[in-house]
Amino acid sequence: MDRSFVAKNPSVLVFLAILSLFTLGVTILSEGFGIGVISTSFVKTLGKTLCLCLIAVAMDLVWGFTGILSLGHFAFFGLGGYMIGMWLMYERTRLIVVDSLGQAEIPPTSAEVVDAIGIQIFGVVGSSEFPLIWAFSHSLTLQLILIVLVPGLLALIFGWLAFRSRVTGVYLSILTQAMTLALALYLFQNDSGLRGNNGLSGLQNLPGVTTSQDVVSIWFLWASALALGLGYMLVVWLVSGKFGSVIRGIRDNEARVRFLGYSVEVYKLAVFTLTACIAAIAGALYYPQAGIINPEEMAPIASIYLAVWVAIGGRGRLYGAVIGAAFVSLLSTWFTGGQAPDIPLGFYTIKWVDWWQVLLGVTFVLVTLFAPQGIGGLFDLWTDRRHPDRHGANLGPDDGALREKEAIE
Amino acid sequence: MSTLLEVSGVSVTFDGFRAINNLSFQIGEAELRVVIGPNGAGKTTFMDIITGKTRPDEGRVIWGEKSLSLLGLSEAKIAQAGIGRKFQKPTVFEDQTVHENLLMALQNKRGWLRVLFYRTSTDDLQKVEDLAVEIGLHHDLSRKAGELSHGQKQWLEIGMLLAQEPRLLLVDEPAAGMTPQEREHTTDLLLQAARTRAVVVVEHDMEFVRRLNCKVTVLHEGSVLAEGSLDHVTSNQDVIDVYLGR
Repeated sequence: MDRSFVAKNPSVLVFLAILSLFTLGVTILSEGFGIGVISTSFVKTLGKTLCLCLIAVAMDLVWGFTGILSLGHFAFFGLGGYMIGMWLMYERTRLIVVDSLGQAEIPPTSAEVVDAIGIQIFGVVGSSEFPLIWAFSHSLTLQLILIVLVPGLLALIFGWLAFRSRVTGVYLSILTQAMTLALALYLFQNDSGLRGNNGLSGLQNLPGVTTSQDVVSIWFLWASALALGLGYMLVVWLVSGKFGSVIRGIRDNEARVRFLGYSVEVYKLAVFTLTACIAAIAGALYYPQAGIINPEEMAPIASIYLAVWVAIGGRGRLYGAVIGAAFVSLLSTWFTGGQAPDIPLGFYTIKWVDWWQVLLGVTFVLVTLFAPQGIGGLFDLWTDRRHPDRHGANLGPDDGALREKEAIE
Repeated sequence: MSTLLEVSGVSVTFDGFRAINNLSFQIGEAELRVVIGPNGAGKTTFMDIITGKTRPDEGRVIWGEKSLSLLGLSEAKIAQAGIGRKFQKPTVFEDQTVHENLLMALQNKRGWLRVLFYRTSTDDLQKVEDLAVEIGLHHDLSRKAGELSHGQKQWLEIGMLLAQEPRLLLVDEPAAGMTPQEREHTTDLLLQAARTRAVVVVEHDMEFVRRLNCKVTVLHEGSVLAEGSLDHVTSNQDVIDVYLGR
């Protein structure tokens, strides 16, 4: 029982090895650091995919292991993106403003600089005042703290209210969905302070960094890979010990765990909040690679996609979630990017841009019906997890029940 | 013998139906008690009230020598206070091994941070080992609970209850669906447990009740109809009318 962490979880080593090889491979093939086989925009797509894998790991923890089907984790992802976006936008605008005002004969006062930044950022929504929520946007450190603090607090308050009232199952899913919709609708307003439906843009330009995007994209790929690796290890550690035992117990039989003396609500709240923070970190790494964030990103459909990825990948196993997120989101990029060849049927041409969602929906239904273990279930064909090992004993309470051998045939 | 649990004047109504009607019940430390009664007599609701799942409309539930009222406490807090419950249907965590099941139930700190940083001590491993021997599952520690037979699951659940080290065990129909040999083992387990703690068993099977050989409480329409030895209550005319005479 006292074996080391890696010995107990051999999949971690395999996962980290594949992740490192992937990162190294992309770096060598990139334009910024290598031979230039992979375009910078595709490096960004891969980097973003790693962030999506990270939020999928969080989703697997909260849904696959704890049994809370949250349809709101993309709200936390988006909030994380907004938090880093505020600093990126403020700082970059400040540099430009200082530069242009510096050419005037009288050097500008700091109040003038702030006003000019305000006009630059909020002119698009007909305002020039800094809203209160931008109070810390001048400081990278503070905004970095807010990345986990704001979504974490939101999750804590929301979760406390929901779990305390013992809202479970589909009702909880609807509540989380309502939360993300409400947040998106709020942010769509121009006076929400985050530029309404324009969102925050130009996030790919790091303030004060003159290096080309070819190189910056690789930096973000590394950062995303590092975050995914660390996040994966953290979650594996969480679910492998007694804590994992308890949360899986909550998933399978909440009442029983309660009668064992565990405070189920506190456990759920802890997992919900922690996964919200992981989602926010993933978002904070994603949006600088995407370059733009707007409230559309938090629409309920995004969180539903997340659940679909995890379901297709195989919930209840972390590598399954990663595989699902990577596979489906890359495939989605391929289909919706117009790269997939159209299929002419004579009377009708199947354009994948339109039909991809139908295909995805059908896949989801089929996976749920026929392969509930998802893609990750394929790994069970290697390991012996398919059939219960009953050593030939019968399967039921009485002597007439099937024996193991009969049941398998 | 001092009283461990005292339920007095408890009533509970579901949509106008009085499930428990002015029920009073007492049990001392290290006492074995069987509760019988026809369907709908309120046996399960009675357990729900003690374990905090259902809040009574009136009455008191007093626990232990400090006379703690259990009515305001959550299920988890009541369990931590020392009341363990076994459900009618075996409810073990089927996706987890016997070892994990027992380890989760083991008397330890229940806070999430404590559990997160919990490291298995040799002491705890020994306890799990001993319990597994007691419930006859020491060869199956690494098997998933879902693979066990019905009777083994019932024992595992009893083992999990014992692991909690409760002062009061509430056991709902432990012998249901068991073979005669399995029943015998279950009887032994319960009698063994009742030496050091209070045990309340809800059971339908008269043969099983006779073997437990202890004081019996008969419930009917949410209140106590008769109490005493099995022979005493089975000769009671009221009991024969409502329950045995059918």
